[in-house]
Amino acid sequence: MENIETNCPNTWCPGCGNFGVLAAIKKAIDSLSAQGIKKENIVLVSDIGCGSKLADYLNLNSFDSLHGRSLATAAGIVLANPELKVIVSIGDGGALDEGIAHLIHSAKRNSNLTVLMHNNRLFALTAGQFTAVSPKGLKGKSTPEGAPEEPINPLALMLDAKASFIARGYSLRPEHLASLIEKAVQHQGFSFIEILQPCVSFFNTIQFYNERVYEIEEEKSKEEARKLIEEWDYNGNGKIPLGVFYSEQREIYERINKTIKGKESDWEKCWSAHR
Amino acid sequence: MKINDFSILIGGEAGQGSRKAGLIIAKIFNQLGYRVLIYDDYQSLIKGGHSFSLIRVSAKETLSHCQKIDFLLALDKKTITAHQKQLNQEGIIIFNQDRVENSQGIGIAAETIVKECQGSPIMANTALIAGFIKILGIEWNVLEQVLRREIKKEIEKNLKIAKKAFESNQVFFKMKKLKNAQQLLLTGNEAVALGGARAGLEIYYAYPMTPATGILHYLAEHSEDLNVCVSQLENEIAIINAAIGSAYAGKRSMVGTSGGGFALMVEALSLAVQTEEPIVIIESQRPGPASGVPTYQAQGDLLFSLSAGHGDIVKFVVAPGDAEQTFYWTAKAMNLSWQYQTPVIVLIDKELSESTFSFNPQTIKIEKEEAVLWGGKGEYKRYLDTLNGISPLAFPGGKAIVKATSYEHDEQGIAVEEADLIKKMQEKRKRKFQLMQKEADKALAVNVLGKAKTALVCFGSVRGVVKEIAQKLGLKMIQPVLLQPFPEKQMKKALQGVEKIICVENNASGQLAKLLSAYGIKADEKVLKYDGRPFFQEELEEEIKRIVYGKHRNKLS
Repeated sequence: MENIETNCPNTWCPGCGNFGVLAAIKKAIDSLSAQGIKKENIVLVSDIGCGSKLADYLNLNSFDSLHGRSLATAAGIVLANPELKVIVSIGDGGALDEGIAHLIHSAKRNSNLTVLMHNNRLFALTAGQFTAVSPKGLKGKSTPEGAPEEPINPLALMLDAKASFIARGYSLRPEHLASLIEKAVQHQGFSFIEILQPCVSFFNTIQFYNERVYEIEEEKSKEEARKLIEEWDYNGNGKIPLGVFYSEQREIYERINKTIKGKESDWEKCWSAHR
Repeated sequence: MKINDFSILIGGEAGQGSRKAGLIIAKIFNQLGYRVLIYDDYQSLIKGGHSFSLIRVSAKETLSHCQKIDFLLALDKKTITAHQKQLNQEGIIIFNQDRVENSQGIGIAAETIVKECQGSPIMANTALIAGFIKILGIEWNVLEQVLRREIKKEIEKNLKIAKKAFESNQVFFKMKKLKNAQQLLLTGNEAVALGGARAGLEIYYAYPMTPATGILHYLAEHSEDLNVCVSQLENEIAIINAAIGSAYAGKRSMVGTSGGGFALMVEALSLAVQTEEPIVIIESQRPGPASGVPTYQAQGDLLFSLSAGHGDIVKFVVAPGDAEQTFYWTAKAMNLSWQYQTPVIVLIDKELSESTFSFNPQTIKIEKEEAVLWGGKGEYKRYLDTLNGISPLAFPGGKAIVKATSYEHDEQGIAVEEADLIKKMQEKRKRKFQLMQKEADKALAVNVLGKAKTALVCFGSVRGVVKEIAQKLGLKMIQPVLLQPFPEKQMKKALQGVEKIICVENNASGQLAKLLSAYGIKADEKVLKYDGRPFFQEELEEEIKRIVYGKHRNKLS
């Protein structure tokens, strides 16, 4: 395996779920390059938060964007150069709080992006506050009495927003996660992977997930996908399936970019409309 | 009536097509070699209400709108009641007699003619135009040629209506064809689109917002002609971040909006400075605060655009004053943004965006200029610490690994928190900002006219009316176009020998005067207009005379 790490010192907490994600990404990239995808054509766009430090740790093209805006940055990168494989690394806060409009619209447009949503179900780098996907009652520094809101189901949201590839992985199963990432990058269109990722410092869910996760074998119809996606309510109830729930082929947004290299503008045609 | 300089007002309800009719009339005069300037006044509604176009026609350069009109063309009654008082003594009312009862002027049976020809109601404006053109003594073939080019739907029916209206009216004037070379007619929004394309614009991102929406429409219509990709995304935050992403990937990108949309973009403006991505932002002002008055005029975002962006940042802010300047400065903005790897704000306004100007492309000399690119040798460092602060560009998909980041970073583009590294990168940017300041010392950053001791100082679209009044009264006009970095040396040179400074601005607080005060330049007087309308020639002239000559106006006559 080619070493694609930078010399940047890693600052994640010992035991952080991000280590599993890092391992999975490295494995997926290795496998993708074996299939002919050049490393130089991969761009990692990251958001803000612990998971976003991936951009510093991997010697790949990268753009470490603003909180919640990485999806919009990525949309611009892939529209400018549809040959690039653009992977967005974003947290649950960035994707479902600050940047939820971009998430919904990128899915709806079917932008040719892969979104890895690191879901630790709270804001960690700011020391533990609830996000849109935190379980009801989560005690944090901003909600000492417990978070008052019901969590959003991000995969159900993605299904409704017409995401053309929807999957869920688990940072403690990096092999399985790597295979999901590989499939998502190969998918033409908007691919979304929710990565369940325990935060060992503020919300340690390792045991919770280990008791509930199971892998599904094959992709499902939209109806079956919805059932699986709704099996877990993001509070304490239900088993948690992992795998690719749904995928479909749909025209990608970047087809609208008709600009042709080297084509001359037809100035005469433009000027003549102004006479 | 001065046959070489007059004004026409055509009005009706929204949906009656008065704007299009105004443009057709302007194009007819343009064909005949006249210079024209159109102000479009319309409300934030879709049907009904009252809209009008005010068309100044002149044998010479047209610089401002006049309140007084010579021809009042009324598609409805409201146009007459609202504008009759503006009519010059010898002025003529020409009206749609099927809708308007009026004792004065010339009635045209516009709707009757349309019915006879089985046309649709909107074609009444074709009848009104044709009758008016006949009254002016302009030949049928000029009218036919312009109609054929301007009307895409049911042209034969429109021509039939026009012919009937033309033949049923009489010649009252003899409008001559001038020897002037014919020019083009462009709105400021169209000049933005074409100027951007001239300097290699590749992707335009927008979310609709008046008065900048015209840029989006124009580029979408001419996307293939100009080889520009047009993308409408979910909001202004998305479009500016996407434009930054596109610039990172090597494409020349631009966004357009008004004050409210620009406010949403400000976090990303700072991002573009930190990541050193080149983008052009068109900010077309309208009256604020907040939603303000969407379809009307103001210049109230000057100080906001200068100070926008958190952190220690400098960007370019340019404010052109007419369509030709807008074409030039949008192209220049694109070039500057790539040469300096920085955001550039082109500050325009409703008056500039949506008014139509005579335009001569031959006078504008500007082409696409290249950025500093990486030579391909050795390890690539996106933020290489160079002497002048500009690090060569490379894009993903090539040989280099390109790392951009919103965090403070080292040369490679990896986040840092060490004191010495933070200082080093701040200083690299500071050297670049100093280089940008040198750009402000170059020619063209300040336009100056005349040598008088009293100077009218203005920015943006106010320039036209100020120039006309300065010429008329023998005063000096000074228009700084580059507003950040501020061209202090050029401005002070322009002010040599000036004893009285009068700032003329379309805002309520005198924002240009405040900017000047930061450089020790004190405005003696401020003429401010903030009722949502541009300055009209007569009112500005009166106000300047009052300031300059006091009550003894006889001095002038």
